[in-house]
Amino acid sequence: MTGETLIILALLVPTVGAALIWATAWNPNFRETTTLVTAGILFIIVLTILGRFLSGEPLATGTVPIAPGLELGFSIEPLGMLFACIASGLWIVNSIYSIGYMRGNNEPRQTPFYMCFAIALASTMGIAFAANLFTLFLFYEILTLSTYPLVTHKGDDSAREGGRTYLLVLLGTSTVLLLPAIIATAVIAGTLNFEPGGILAGKVSPTVLSILLAMFMFGIGKAALMPFHKWLPAAMVAPTPVSALLHAVAVVKAGVFSVVKVIVYVFGVETLAGAATAGWLLYIAGATILIASVVALKADNLKRRLAYSTVSQLSYVILAAAILAPISIVGASMHIAAHAISKITLFFAAGSIYTAAHLTEVSQLNGIGRKMPWTMGAFAIGALSMIGVPPTAGFVSKWYILLGAMDAQQWIAVGVIIVSTLLNAAYFLPIVYAAFFRAPDKKSPDHGEAPLPIVVALTVTAAGTVILFLFPGVPLALSKMLGLVGGG
Amino acid sequence: MISAHLPALQVVLPLLGAVVCAFLKRGSWAWLVALAVSLVLPAIALGLLYQTYEGGTISYALGGWRPPFGIEYRVDIFNAFVLVLVSVIGAVIMPYAKRSVEHEIPEDKQAWFYAIYLLCLCGLLGIAITGDAFNAFVFMEISSLATYALIAMGRDRRALLAAYQYLIMGTIGATFYVIGVGLLYSMTGTLNLADMANRLAGIEDSRAVLAALAFLTVGISLKLALFPLHVWLPNAYAYAPSMATVFLSATATKVAVYLLLRYFFSVFGVSVIYADLPVSWIFLVLSIAAMFGASLVAVFQANIKRMLAYSSVAQIGYITLGIAIANKTGLAGGIVHLFNHAIMKAALFMALGSIFFRIGSVRIEDLAGIAKRMPVTAGVFVVGGLGLIGVPGTAGFISKWYLGLGAIENGWWWLLMLIVLSSAIAVLYVGRVVEVMWFREPSPVAKKAEEPPLSMLLPTLLLTFATIYFGFDTFLTAHMADLAAQLLLTGGR
Repeated sequence: MTGETLIILALLVPTVGAALIWATAWNPNFRETTTLVTAGILFIIVLTILGRFLSGEPLATGTVPIAPGLELGFSIEPLGMLFACIASGLWIVNSIYSIGYMRGNNEPRQTPFYMCFAIALASTMGIAFAANLFTLFLFYEILTLSTYPLVTHKGDDSAREGGRTYLLVLLGTSTVLLLPAIIATAVIAGTLNFEPGGILAGKVSPTVLSILLAMFMFGIGKAALMPFHKWLPAAMVAPTPVSALLHAVAVVKAGVFSVVKVIVYVFGVETLAGAATAGWLLYIAGATILIASVVALKADNLKRRLAYSTVSQLSYVILAAAILAPISIVGASMHIAAHAISKITLFFAAGSIYTAAHLTEVSQLNGIGRKMPWTMGAFAIGALSMIGVPPTAGFVSKWYILLGAMDAQQWIAVGVIIVSTLLNAAYFLPIVYAAFFRAPDKKSPDHGEAPLPIVVALTVTAAGTVILFLFPGVPLALSKMLGLVGGG
Repeated sequence: MISAHLPALQVVLPLLGAVVCAFLKRGSWAWLVALAVSLVLPAIALGLLYQTYEGGTISYALGGWRPPFGIEYRVDIFNAFVLVLVSVIGAVIMPYAKRSVEHEIPEDKQAWFYAIYLLCLCGLLGIAITGDAFNAFVFMEISSLATYALIAMGRDRRALLAAYQYLIMGTIGATFYVIGVGLLYSMTGTLNLADMANRLAGIEDSRAVLAALAFLTVGISLKLALFPLHVWLPNAYAYAPSMATVFLSATATKVAVYLLLRYFFSVFGVSVIYADLPVSWIFLVLSIAAMFGASLVAVFQANIKRMLAYSSVAQIGYITLGIAIANKTGLAGGIVHLFNHAIMKAALFMALGSIFFRIGSVRIEDLAGIAKRMPVTAGVFVVGGLGLIGVPGTAGFISKWYLGLGAIENGWWWLLMLIVLSSAIAVLYVGRVVEVMWFREPSPVAKKAEEPPLSMLLPTLLLTFATIYFGFDTFLTAHMADLAAQLLLTGGR
């Protein structure tokens, strides 16, 4: 198969999968098998692309011209490759988890649920492999639209309200800020193609550069840079598998992925580093990290705490990219991977607790580790990775970000990372402590572990969190390639 | 050869069809006649578009009387584009019309409905094809009178009031138009538009000519519902029969825009419009007012047909914005939006018409949860709504792209921001309805709804598909609009 065919298949397989899920809706077992098989085939395709990519084969599709300046096209570069691997790989695990969760909680409307999931994954592939800003924007919007029904899945008032916030913030930022930024880029640069070194290099004054940067960074609302982060906690009304795959992996990572991609391939790291007016991004990202951590510290609802932790962790990626040193770009890329696998573990655990014990608040979790050792064990590993303690993946990425910050002598960034690490510890460790070392409340309901598919899924991702520390091979190689691109 | 007489056939066919329908008793026979006529018209229009694309402007002397003395039909790429739009919409909605009309129009009036509809179609095609100022007035009156009758046939009694309101406004508009034409005739001694343009050379800044321009602009602007001359439109669209609303929203205002552009660029010329007069600024202010004002009003409508009507006023603002931007890219954006908005709005009104067909209401509280019973129709509403917002992958995005580029070419960065901000308001009014349709418990009437018959569903789906298709393949839309804009700006006629 040619590279072009493979890329198109990566987009087509989940789309066709969605149709097949609809066609097999009459039998839930067939339907879930379809999801799993689709996820499996997609992962194999992505791995095949990875193999070809690592062997040095240039992979791209032809472009379809739409209007002057607008083209639809795909090509593979290290960051997109990494993102596609993470998203497609975790989709398999998440599907197993979904089956346990959706059946365990007797959720309604499961067929549209799995269909929207598949479409969301197809658009994620489109984002990862986009060869230009228009293609990226197209799939970015499809991802928003296909995940909106998932957020409002429950269909009650709070779900509708959450969905409203979700849609308004994401569509609003992308329409009002991202779209004009893209139009402006098309006019100024004369192209929308992602190119190493950036397409805006040497074409704009520092002031315009800074305005464009702001429009891109805030316009990519999925990256949840404050003050456009509100959609993320609002989206927590969704069923947990949605929060896990979409709001820890696909959607939010599509956000920071786009941020890094725009910094490296549209502006160019050197162009930004040379412009004194672009430094503000570092401070906004730093502020987001700290403020979100403080909010997370105060949140008693477990999913809300995880949501704000996500807001904070996403800004790690933005901070790392904003440091504008090659090695920090490696850290940004690695953190996309590390945070994805650890945060999905944490969400899996939260959903597991909800399914088995119907508990949602942090203060209810005393002693729960004795009843649900697998779940809380996995939670502990995920939490350690969030803090950045070895032997977990979070350590690797934080290491590179810190190295980059010191290398670039960005002491503020170093300070932010240290303080936020303490805050991370402050809002995650008490949960782990209470779960294992506090006596259970007398009134706490009688329950055991969650259904097997859930336990399997969270064990796999927890193991993955450790494995990514021990063998960071391919992700690190891809990240280093990106660092080289970014460094010129 | 028949191909040489295509321009005449384009107008004569619907006129004959109308006469035949008027003599028929049974509604279904009249429908068959209207269907046959409607299916032939796009073939003629596409033939004309092909001829102009390959061979340039066609001049057709009606009845063999040479212009400028006889009436000339003059087709260039711009009005061929408009003819294609109007006739294709006419063809797509005819299969849809049968069940909808049977449902909404009393049996004894159905044949009349089709007769009047064909007259309206004839008038609109006539305005688009003629090269004669007074002939355009005649066609304008034919289409307008037909439109008043079509609106008055609505089931709701308020339709009468709406028709009356439009009658008054429309008559003022037509009067202004004919005063303008009269002034021009007194100054140039000709009614042929091309001839008029030649004879205007040297006297452009005389007071009578400027007065003519003012009368023409206001008169036609009433017809195209330029803010704040739009007040007739929301009621007319809201209370007209579904089929009439679909047709009018997609074609009537668009043809009026065509006529305005024809006078601006082919008769008066770029230098008069933009250099001597502040036309650009006037249209800029009014377009922006429409984009924001009408969109905001749309957000608060409980009658969804009315909401879409206000949205139309806002979207017409984007079309006239192209005139204000005044460069090739921006003008092409306006013209392409003429086409794109027509197909999107037709699809939306058709979906709404299908819902009305099933539940007899278009009020937001009755639409609650309707997606459970009519998922395809509700899906059409989502796609059409995304097109209005201008989400990439829909035709609406292409329009916004061109308008945005055009704004930047002028250095008007603030306008780019205003365009996208007003799109964000569309998110509000579309999102509100989509949420109610998809994520509420079904209302009592919605519980009993079901998908409309295939004769209504398939045409609706065709236009929905077109909304997405023209978001990717823009040869027939943006490319043609680009050529038309080029032609207009270089004074082509």
